[in-house]
Amino acid sequence: MVEGKSLGNKLFRVFNYTFLILLAVACLIPLIHILAVSLSSNVAASAGIVKLWPKEFTFKSYEFVLSKGEFLLSLWVTVKRVVLGTILSMFLSILIAYPLSKNGRELKFRTGYAWYFVFTILFSGGLIPWYMTIRSTGLLDSIWALIIPGAVPVFNVILLLNFYRGLPKELEEAAFVDGAGHWKTLWRIYVPLSMPSIATIGLFTVVGHWNAWFDGLILMNSQDNYPLSSYLQTVIVQASLTNMSAEQLANLATVSDRTVKSAQIFVGALPILAFYPFLQKYFVKGMVLGGVKE
Amino acid sequence: MKKQLPLHLMLIPGIILVFIYSYIPMVGSIMAFQKYIPSKGLFDSKWVGFKNFHYLFNMPDFYQVLWNTVFIAVMKIIFGLIVPIAIAILLNEIGKSFVKRWIQTLIYLPHFLSWVILGGVLIDILSPSNGLVNQFLGWFSIKPIFFLGDNNWFPFTIILSDIWKEFGFSTIVYLAALTTINPSLYEAAVIDGASRWKQTWNITLPGIMPVIILMATLSLGNVLNAGFDQIFNLYSPLVYESGDILDTLIYRIGLIDAQYGVATALGLFKSLISFALVSISYWLAYKIADYRIF
Repeated sequence: MVEGKSLGNKLFRVFNYTFLILLAVACLIPLIHILAVSLSSNVAASAGIVKLWPKEFTFKSYEFVLSKGEFLLSLWVTVKRVVLGTILSMFLSILIAYPLSKNGRELKFRTGYAWYFVFTILFSGGLIPWYMTIRSTGLLDSIWALIIPGAVPVFNVILLLNFYRGLPKELEEAAFVDGAGHWKTLWRIYVPLSMPSIATIGLFTVVGHWNAWFDGLILMNSQDNYPLSSYLQTVIVQASLTNMSAEQLANLATVSDRTVKSAQIFVGALPILAFYPFLQKYFVKGMVLGGVKE
Repeated sequence: MKKQLPLHLMLIPGIILVFIYSYIPMVGSIMAFQKYIPSKGLFDSKWVGFKNFHYLFNMPDFYQVLWNTVFIAVMKIIFGLIVPIAIAILLNEIGKSFVKRWIQTLIYLPHFLSWVILGGVLIDILSPSNGLVNQFLGWFSIKPIFFLGDNNWFPFTIILSDIWKEFGFSTIVYLAALTTINPSLYEAAVIDGASRWKQTWNITLPGIMPVIILMATLSLGNVLNAGFDQIFNLYSPLVYESGDILDTLIYRIGLIDAQYGVATALGLFKSLISFALVSISYWLAYKIADYRIF
């Protein structure tokens, strides 16, 4: 927008900057507060005097959290889940999007295949039949229950196939002339050229697996198999500090429920807080490329 | 046809997985018409016709829950459209600066954190005893508000916190749309003496109108999705009256009370209405905005 030099315009600029900066700060303040509480002493946190800076600074609650076996165990489950789940989902997305990006002459029944996948985002069997199906395929209580049922992310497939379609047809023709088949063309030409889009959906998949908690909660019978988010859900939201050793109970005297919860919240959010700003430029690019088609 | 074979083969793993974990649960919906007993399975459980539906529609809470769902979802849709558009327009005024990038990074952030994490954060900062928000309100002599435990406040807390989480991320698509507006339109308007407000009204808004209409149409499919993750992590029996939604009710009836038939009936009811709404919204998006999913 073109601007004049009038007083009104200057006032507007001042107002606009202030407003937007405040808004951005409002997105960050709750997290800073949680960080401050987690680094404060039991007494200060319980008295409710901690605002945005720790009072009586201490790492006690982090020591407590990290000394808990369940916490580390669930962190390990999450790491496995994120790695295996992302590899499988990305592999399947790349593989499914390629044939679907062709037209009806290059792939017979293309429309039928596409609707087969898209229909699953329009209609679903609902929670109970979904749960029963997973149960009867014998995945309950295994890490695969968190990976396999959701392994085909149809939305990502659509994003990716739209990206593939934007690639020049001549590249594929040239590859065929040089004797490459579909398999080679996909991995040597399409995948390297689709990196912005693949990085974007890769980031979304990683974040999705890291954050997923409900499936862990209902598909895992034993708490030892809970991924971190499900474990955090039980201790932060359902609020139960069970199964503690005598040593941990002794430690509990130096920390409070509030500081421990805050520490766990912060550890749960930490990987995303740490990595996402660096990946942001990729996902904005990938989203726009996938979303705006003109 | 021989050349097409690899393309068909590439689709097979995805087709099989989607068949097992999406299509079999759809068939499993027939347990809505059974007195389903897991040990007997789908084939040997007793058929009861529409009894589960009858039970459901005569439940005293059912209409309250349906109303809660629609109210919360519709409010989220309306404000989830308006706020990001306004913020995108204001952000666009800043131009391409360092400040803009930082504001964007911060407002996108909450989108990437799960409702488990943000639930923990909100429970802490909204606490009536020593939560940050109530301490702040205390400076203006406002009595502590029990945001998450009061039926008058709970729906608004839900709507507002959802906007807070998602507005930043939703601005991406409008910011992308804004970049497609031809700058010479603004120059011409300034020469004609158009104020900043007039420029916004006559150039900016019409310029992004197609995207606004598209997003509005697509959001129609979400009228029964009030946000399970958020509500599950923030509600308590205190606020069932105003906060219980179809999805949380399905969870309680099905997985807690083990009334599989009734819960599946409720799930099927929701799936069918959602299917109709999503189909209509995609059809409208195609008619009005020439949008195709694939």
